[in-house]
Amino acid sequence: MRRLVSDTLVIAERNLIRLPRAPELLLAFTVQPIMFLLLFRYVFGGAISTPGIPYVQFLIPGIIVQNIAFGGFVTALGLNEDVHKGLIDRFRSLPMARAAVLAGRTFSDIVTNSLSVAILLVTGVIIGFSFNTDVLHVIAGIVLLLMFGYAFSWVFAFVGLVASTPESANSVGFIAIFPLTFISSAFVPVASMPSVLQAFAKVNPFTITVNAIRSLWLGLPAGNYVWGAVVWTVVITAVFAPLAVSRYRKQGRA
Amino acid sequence: MSSEVPAITVRGLVKSFGEVKALAGVDLDVAAGTVLGLLGPNGAGKTTFVRVLTTLLRADGGTASVLGLDVVADAGELRQRIGLAGQYAAVDENLTGLENLVMVGRLYGMTRGKAKARGMELLDRFDLTDAAKRPVKTYSGGMRRRLDLAAALVAKPPVLFLDEPTTGLDPRSRLGMWDVIEDLVAEGSTVLLTTQYLEEADRLADRIAVIDHGLVIAEGTSDELKDRVGGERLEVRLEDPSDAEPAVQALLPMADEPPKCDGILVTIGVRQRHGIIVEAVRRLSEAGVEVDDLALRRPTLDDVFLTLTGHAVEETTADESPEAAPV
Repeated sequence: MRRLVSDTLVIAERNLIRLPRAPELLLAFTVQPIMFLLLFRYVFGGAISTPGIPYVQFLIPGIIVQNIAFGGFVTALGLNEDVHKGLIDRFRSLPMARAAVLAGRTFSDIVTNSLSVAILLVTGVIIGFSFNTDVLHVIAGIVLLLMFGYAFSWVFAFVGLVASTPESANSVGFIAIFPLTFISSAFVPVASMPSVLQAFAKVNPFTITVNAIRSLWLGLPAGNYVWGAVVWTVVITAVFAPLAVSRYRKQGRA
Repeated sequence: MSSEVPAITVRGLVKSFGEVKALAGVDLDVAAGTVLGLLGPNGAGKTTFVRVLTTLLRADGGTASVLGLDVVADAGELRQRIGLAGQYAAVDENLTGLENLVMVGRLYGMTRGKAKARGMELLDRFDLTDAAKRPVKTYSGGMRRRLDLAAALVAKPPVLFLDEPTTGLDPRSRLGMWDVIEDLVAEGSTVLLTTQYLEEADRLADRIAVIDHGLVIAEGTSDELKDRVGGERLEVRLEDPSDAEPAVQALLPMADEPPKCDGILVTIGVRQRHGIIVEAVRRLSEAGVEVDDLALRRPTLDDVFLTLTGHAVEETTADESPEAAPV
């Protein structure tokens, strides 16, 4: 167990020290979400009506949830590269804890996700967002966000190990997860969608998590959203972490 | 250094990928403190063999052990005693040379300080000290391979696996790599080295095992193998194909084995290098044969294969075509 923790930290450190050296990755989770935020706030925002609250209040939780789900993308690309460059072979030939490569990978996502949440929140506040609840609720929201992001890191870990190339990992991410984030309450009220989409949007983990964050940060009616989001987070992790680990163990065994 | 105790023991190792039998029942022993060169073309099963022995791949049948540790049952303990380097093991391009070695050292369970000291020592030894703080992506191919080898040596493993350590390197880097490997060997490590180049196995290995279609088809010292292959080759290129028969007749007394003739190219196997060219020229000129070119060359992997299997090297994967070995 001590070995697992120390090996995980070594791998996480390795993932993080390379980040400032690969500026395109850093750009992906700083500049791109800010661009998205500004586009929705100032271009689409005027055309979207959100009864009861200003659009900027509605938008920030949505865009942060979308962004954190994609934070695991660094894991998909990184693992895929490690597989193809033979680093996974090196790790597997070392007397290190077997789970440490994936645990270190997903752990470093928590660090980068925290950074991107901070950047988006600061940008949000600059363009008019404000919390309507107390510090405890705000922190609870951030913890929930990081948990949700962590669950998606495992989804992306699996994608990164299965995908034949970084490009295909990219397209799987975009085709499977991008629409999910849009058919949810992240950017528009669910009530404005056609009824078929509404039915889907209501059970979509993104809707539930976005609504949970809105209740924690804005004091909107909580319903069962917070618990629902926790359950989704646990379920996604419980499905994809074992899938990714078993795929990692079999890597290269064909 | 006792050569009685095998450091690596392999019996009946079998591994298939779908229809393809990568290993078809390999038996092999490597004595402690010796270097075994596993020689074969692409797709012969060399990499699969190394992957099974380094616990990366599980065989379908047979047994393999390193220092008495079974590759499946004792995998965890085995990983502490081996180092792996070569075309498929790798280093992180975004880290510096030193960061790579420190990472590997810590994953072997060393403290940060100890890993760093060991890393510096290895960088110095492999002539990479100047590049220690540069990201690996700025390294040349030869520097990467040296770093890769250094990474395999971090924990001073008693048994080393080098999978085609010089494939894809330019001739100069290859020579540098050979020097490095020779030093290791001199220190008494047990090394299993795979290669496509007879010359490389010849220079570095105590014993050579030739592998083809997943089977060891010959094993012995370099001299034993060369005796079977028939030593060096004298190649005579004729001006006129109709001279082939007189040329063969003229050279016959010098040949170890029946001369081969292919259009204007006549090849004979010769054991003694000394004075061969002068004698060949004299005989051919006495026979009135016009010669375009005449050269003595060492046997290649192709010759080994042709002699041992009756067929030339079959490339099953075309992506890693062997470049010309340095002469």
